[in-house]
Amino acid sequence: MDISVVSLIASLIVAATPILLAATGELIVEKSGVLNLGVEGMMIMGAICGFIAAVNSGSPFVGFCIAAISGAILSLLFAILTQYLLANQVASGLALTLFGLGLAALLGHSYSGIKPPSSPKFEWFGMSDISIIGPIIFNHDLMVYFSVFLVLIVWIFLKFTRAGLILRAVGENHDAAHALGYKVIRIRVLAIMFGGACAGLGGAYLSLIRVPQWTEGMTAGAGWIALAIVVFASWKPWRLILGAYLFGGVTILQLNLQANGFAIPVSYLSMAPYLVTIVVLVIMSADRTRASVNAPASLGKIFHASS
Amino acid sequence: MTLIRLDNLTKAYPGVIANDDISFEVDKGEIHALLGENGAGKSTLVKMIYGLVQPDFGMMRLEGKGFTPTEPRTARLAGIAMVFQHFSLFEALSVTENIALGMENPPSLIILSDKIRKVSSKYGLSLDPKRLVGDLSVGERQRVEIIRCLLQDPKLLIMDEPTSVLTPQEVETLFLTLRRLRDEGTSILYISHKLEEIKVLCERATILRRGKVIGTCVPKNETAKSMAEMMVGSKLKSPKKSKANFGMPVLEVDELTLKSLDPFGTSLKNVSFNLRSGEVMGVAGVAGNGQDELMFALSGETLTDKNSIKLENEFIGQSNPVQRRLLGLLTAPEERLGHAAAPEMTLAENTLLTGFQRQKLGRRGFLNKSGAIAFAEKIVQKFDVRTPSVRNGAKSLSGGNLQKFVIGREILQSPRVFVVNQPTWGVDAAAAAFIRQALLELAEGGAGVLVISQDLDELMEISDSFMVLSEGKVSKPRPAKGITIEEIGLMMGGTEIA
Repeated sequence: MDISVVSLIASLIVAATPILLAATGELIVEKSGVLNLGVEGMMIMGAICGFIAAVNSGSPFVGFCIAAISGAILSLLFAILTQYLLANQVASGLALTLFGLGLAALLGHSYSGIKPPSSPKFEWFGMSDISIIGPIIFNHDLMVYFSVFLVLIVWIFLKFTRAGLILRAVGENHDAAHALGYKVIRIRVLAIMFGGACAGLGGAYLSLIRVPQWTEGMTAGAGWIALAIVVFASWKPWRLILGAYLFGGVTILQLNLQANGFAIPVSYLSMAPYLVTIVVLVIMSADRTRASVNAPASLGKIFHASS
Repeated sequence: MTLIRLDNLTKAYPGVIANDDISFEVDKGEIHALLGENGAGKSTLVKMIYGLVQPDFGMMRLEGKGFTPTEPRTARLAGIAMVFQHFSLFEALSVTENIALGMENPPSLIILSDKIRKVSSKYGLSLDPKRLVGDLSVGERQRVEIIRCLLQDPKLLIMDEPTSVLTPQEVETLFLTLRRLRDEGTSILYISHKLEEIKVLCERATILRRGKVIGTCVPKNETAKSMAEMMVGSKLKSPKKSKANFGMPVLEVDELTLKSLDPFGTSLKNVSFNLRSGEVMGVAGVAGNGQDELMFALSGETLTDKNSIKLENEFIGQSNPVQRRLLGLLTAPEERLGHAAAPEMTLAENTLLTGFQRQKLGRRGFLNKSGAIAFAEKIVQKFDVRTPSVRNGAKSLSGGNLQKFVIGREILQSPRVFVVNQPTWGVDAAAAAFIRQALLELAEGGAGVLVISQDLDELMEISDSFMVLSEGKVSKPRPAKGITIEEIGLMMGGTEIA
């Protein structure tokens, strides 16, 4: 038995970061009343586009920027379909996932087996040498800190700003928001694009830092987990961190158990994170009243401005 | 002195001219009524004033200057405020947040809460800024809307059917507030079809019919009947009630208790009453006091304790809607489209929803289409439903016609007990009179009829006995004869629940 708790925690944070980024974006999308099931597709598009850009420019930073932009562009497709052409959100989201997976495979054809430029760890002025806390908190790349910072920003935005209040109002009752003169469609399109950009960043984190290389279908369900975590967090930003790290923890634990040759078939271990997610979702939604109070009331409903 | 003046406003939608050459003006410090049937064009007209809809032709002048709002924001900045019929509120947000959303450049939420407290005490509209709107009563929700308007010092306050959901006492409070505003110089454009209220409140009234201005009158000099006839354009008959002749109880509800499934709903507490054959019983009460829950419990959509509901000789608390229908308990819910009828399906297909078993519209899992068409045609003919054919979709019918179809579908299945929620909500006067007459005739034929409604005038007109549902409890039923609106109002306020 050779599992160090410190390195376990440090690596679970890395494992959780892509999911946390994508879930933060999806939280904003769902708060505006839109259910975008295409997170997986936008993540993998971010993964490949970010990878291509980083390899060709030699800069991970450019890679992340391009990843965010490509995620946002793909989500714009979803936004046009659902907000202007009033297509069904569930079907459009599923289509977006399939489309993203296919397109990413096509784009990434000649990029298998290449190593991307490495991202430096963020310099905390030697604080990474502190025992225990150092490796856990102060020994990561910039994106890990950015993802937590983003949750903070989203929390402040939703709770304290007028724009955040309007976003919540649109998700709560789009007809009333429209009657008060708010541009429901414009607000939702912007929210969807923010969600796409965050999913793109999450995908690029996988291909540029966590793995780091490009393989087809490398998101492997991370987008779906991000969607589940939004429900798990009952649409509250801080709980996203809890959910993502919990999931990251289970993933890392199962990898370590496998590596240490536990006498359990590998399949059981790999399904563990998903089983945990299902169990947690069941527990969360068992209290019907609380779940429905927190959920944005217009979630997934099509808005049609009938003057 | 004129505040706002409308000249030749016209707005057409595909297939219908909603507003046709409308001209009138509202004076400063005047309460001006806008009267008309459903579909007369009142809503379109006020939406043009509020900037939600742009007119095709015509112009508006506000204090002598041209006024062409392209969005609600411009209208609000110009001093127009509006209280909507279906409130534009957000249930999961607090009172303060709701009010902030309706304002241009609101102050910080703490300062705003303070202002809300001040204004609410000044106008006698008590309200706690911190509470979630979902926890408020309907009357309190309307106060939120009104305070939201008042904080912007409007010159013109538009109120769309403000009293349709209030108790008589709440209406009194509202009128005091409105008169006070008028005395301070605010003009009010008051949309309603409650003519008695308009007589006591409004100085002038403009009457619309089919998108045109029919005339302006001084409500004090008119009778409710004369104004109603101007609105409809023909003479009105009121339903006739024959002598009450009650038989044995057909529906006995005993200590019915039911927890609401809706987080903002009201649970039923020990509801008990008996409905006799031949009796029309009215259930009054402001929306959200357990009406939906009572309806669900009686229709079988929510199951209850087996012995709490008895239909003739059977305990049916655990029976599903189909079993209840077979035994003779039929229901018509409030929401026509989506609950009583499937919007996308034809009228013939909609007969299958409740008539499948009782009218034998199918055998061994197969549909009897010709039977369904014949039954739908019978409903259309007997209940004067205006539709090109029974193959038209339910959503293509106007509210009144669809309601006649829904009521007709149940009545023609000769129920032993018929429970109906808001039978004439949003239905024009002629169709409403027809439906009420049909309910009375059904009771005359020996069925028990339970009418849940918020329209007190309607209940006074057709009920034999009367009870009030308030906070999930019912009062003792009492004969409707001789009861006054004031007494009912006190019962609705919850002070006289026996």
